[in-house]
Amino acid sequence: MALVAVLVALALRSPQQFVNGSFNGAIYALFAVGYTLVFGILDILNLAHQAVFMLGAVVTLAFMFHLREQGFPPPFSWLPFANGLNGWLRDHHLQFAVAAGAAMVVCGLIGILLDRVAFKPIRNRSDSNFSPMISSIALALVFEAIVLRQFGPNGESFPFGTFPVQTIEGPGFTITLRQLVIMAVSLLLTVGLQAFVRATRTGRAIRAVAENPRAARLLGVNVDRIIVLCFFISSALGGIAGALYGVEFRSSIEPYMGRGIELKGLAVIILGGMGSIPGALLGGLLLGLTETFTVDLLGSGWKDAAAFTILFLILLVRPRGLLGQKAVREA
Amino acid sequence: MGAGHTRTRLPLLPALIALTAILVMACGGGDDNKAETKSTPAAASATQAAAVPSASTGGSTAATSTTAATPSTQAKQLSLGAVVSLNGAAAVFGKSQQQGLQLAVDEINANNALGVKITLKVEDDGTDRNQGINAFTKLINDNVHLIIGPTLSNTALATDPVAQEKKVPVLGISNTGKGITDIGDYIFRASLAESDVLPQTVKRVVDKVKPKKAALMFANDDAVSKDGGDLMRDAIRANGVEIVTEQQFSTNDKDFRAQLTAVRNANPDVIFVSSLINPAVGIVTQARELGLKQPIAGGNGFNTPALSQQAGEAAEGVAVGAAWNAASSNPLSQQFIQKYKAKYNADPDQFAAQAYAGVYIVVEAARRAEKVDRTSLRDALPKIQNFDTLLGKFSFTEKRDAKHDAVIQIVKGGKLAVYE
Repeated sequence: MALVAVLVALALRSPQQFVNGSFNGAIYALFAVGYTLVFGILDILNLAHQAVFMLGAVVTLAFMFHLREQGFPPPFSWLPFANGLNGWLRDHHLQFAVAAGAAMVVCGLIGILLDRVAFKPIRNRSDSNFSPMISSIALALVFEAIVLRQFGPNGESFPFGTFPVQTIEGPGFTITLRQLVIMAVSLLLTVGLQAFVRATRTGRAIRAVAENPRAARLLGVNVDRIIVLCFFISSALGGIAGALYGVEFRSSIEPYMGRGIELKGLAVIILGGMGSIPGALLGGLLLGLTETFTVDLLGSGWKDAAAFTILFLILLVRPRGLLGQKAVREA
Repeated sequence: MGAGHTRTRLPLLPALIALTAILVMACGGGDDNKAETKSTPAAASATQAAAVPSASTGGSTAATSTTAATPSTQAKQLSLGAVVSLNGAAAVFGKSQQQGLQLAVDEINANNALGVKITLKVEDDGTDRNQGINAFTKLINDNVHLIIGPTLSNTALATDPVAQEKKVPVLGISNTGKGITDIGDYIFRASLAESDVLPQTVKRVVDKVKPKKAALMFANDDAVSKDGGDLMRDAIRANGVEIVTEQQFSTNDKDFRAQLTAVRNANPDVIFVSSLINPAVGIVTQARELGLKQPIAGGNGFNTPALSQQAGEAAEGVAVGAAWNAASSNPLSQQFIQKYKAKYNADPDQFAAQAYAGVYIVVEAARRAEKVDRTSLRDALPKIQNFDTLLGKFSFTEKRDAKHDAVIQIVKGGKLAVYE
């Protein structure tokens, strides 16, 4: 409750900074929600998540140029509606939506590859805490090197007009339509994923594997398939996060774009409660707002130092994060 | 089962390593070829000398022998080394520099009136300090009289002490950072330092906008942006303008709305920004989205076509200081652009222009020196004052730094034009 009171006070103090902070929080949450899913299931950090995030932006950009120049991809061009679809795609801002959707699938598949190459071969080894982290770092470096080779080191942007340019004036603040859509997507994906994990049969299987893989296997859950599914969902979410990040921040699409957000994403999932999906959203919002109001109240030179000090203080009070649950297993 | 998987995955790794090795080797091979393309006027004049007598009749043999002899007795032979980044992050700049150097060298070798013939050896530093040191050592062992380069200030801080120790003069043609010429009395630079360009930029913007209040924004975690911020602060105050807010950010930041909102609340008349290009693009676009309509002025980091390419309409009206601009009315500059376009079928940038000017400055020193060697060149360079170059009237300061007027530019219709 104290938290709500503080938030209301901040919103009243500067509506614009509150909007700025919430938007940054939504961006962090978007990155963290996929990150926390794998962490929640496997208890390991997938340090290649930032590279998948980067690939999300790069692949979306590549698809968009393809749609612009050659229309619908050849394997589908014989379809009776392909021509109509092409005209439709040219006229609307749907190009981005279609490209980002396709990039989500590609990133999901890359996630499966990631599991096969970096995690699965060493999953059942005794020293399984650090080696998967190292192998995921290795794969992230490979992805970065490939993109560097293909696209070069310069920051790229989506073409102008990818997203409708519209500014909305609220009481005491200005926000773009683009920012609003990103916040909505972030909220929707978090709520949707939480509903999926809580309310479906597959979701229950995911939770069972998170709780105890061996018991889940004994009860007839196909553990390997659940893990593959989690990597697919996690990486697809990472991909869409990268695409939206790329469209929001001009000149941001480059091989190392994920590195800046990786540490903040980690802070967010620790703050929110490791493995907790609503925690990722809450943690993201809290980090975004803390950073923004540090600039507003203390001065911009303190931004990172103050934000992370406050995170540290929260963790002193709640060591398992805001929404983290007490560990009941521990074999 | 797990072990079986490990075994099947393993061949991937050696394959990747092999692939990387092949790629690296392929690149390396490319550089060597590039480095070998050096002009050899000695060979050129030899063929000339051989060709002329066969075409001439007996009566003019005496005259022919004097022209053939002129290069050896009167034209001074200048052995010039250049270290530029042909690979790595600064490769874009290095390529421009190489082309600017080559254009100047070819022109000078074709012009007998100057009385200087140049042999140019270009080495690649790969945007790497150690490779830069190796390149310098190689050129010094090759007995070059003077080394032009390297491309980045960061590399220069590592390479120039090597030349200073061996008493080989160095002329920087693109280093703008602090402390370069402090390395020693053999280190010169023909590129304007930020400490020269920024005060001129601030002054021009203040003269035009006539602001009472200014906002200053700078990246606090990279040396160039931070130093630039300090220089801007001094210059803004020196022009009698009050700084109402100072905002800092990190070079890797993408979102600047918190800082820009603070700037909006302070309501300045003009915004000065010291940062590299990526934050510059973010700041300019987000400022306009937040409804900030004040003029924005930036430092060297803004001085790239990427600004308007990436920021689009938001970049219109942004002021940027530079050593050279293609729109400059200087006739030498116009001639240079024509020749460059004719030779390379591309528009020259500031790096090419400064490289071209650098060669002419060295040649001027060689002409003034009694004989061409390392010490005489070092002694002759500081005597260059008010020398006509495409950069304007060029002089060396007492500290061996470049002195000429900066060009203040403004983004207009997606291009950098002269801000007049």
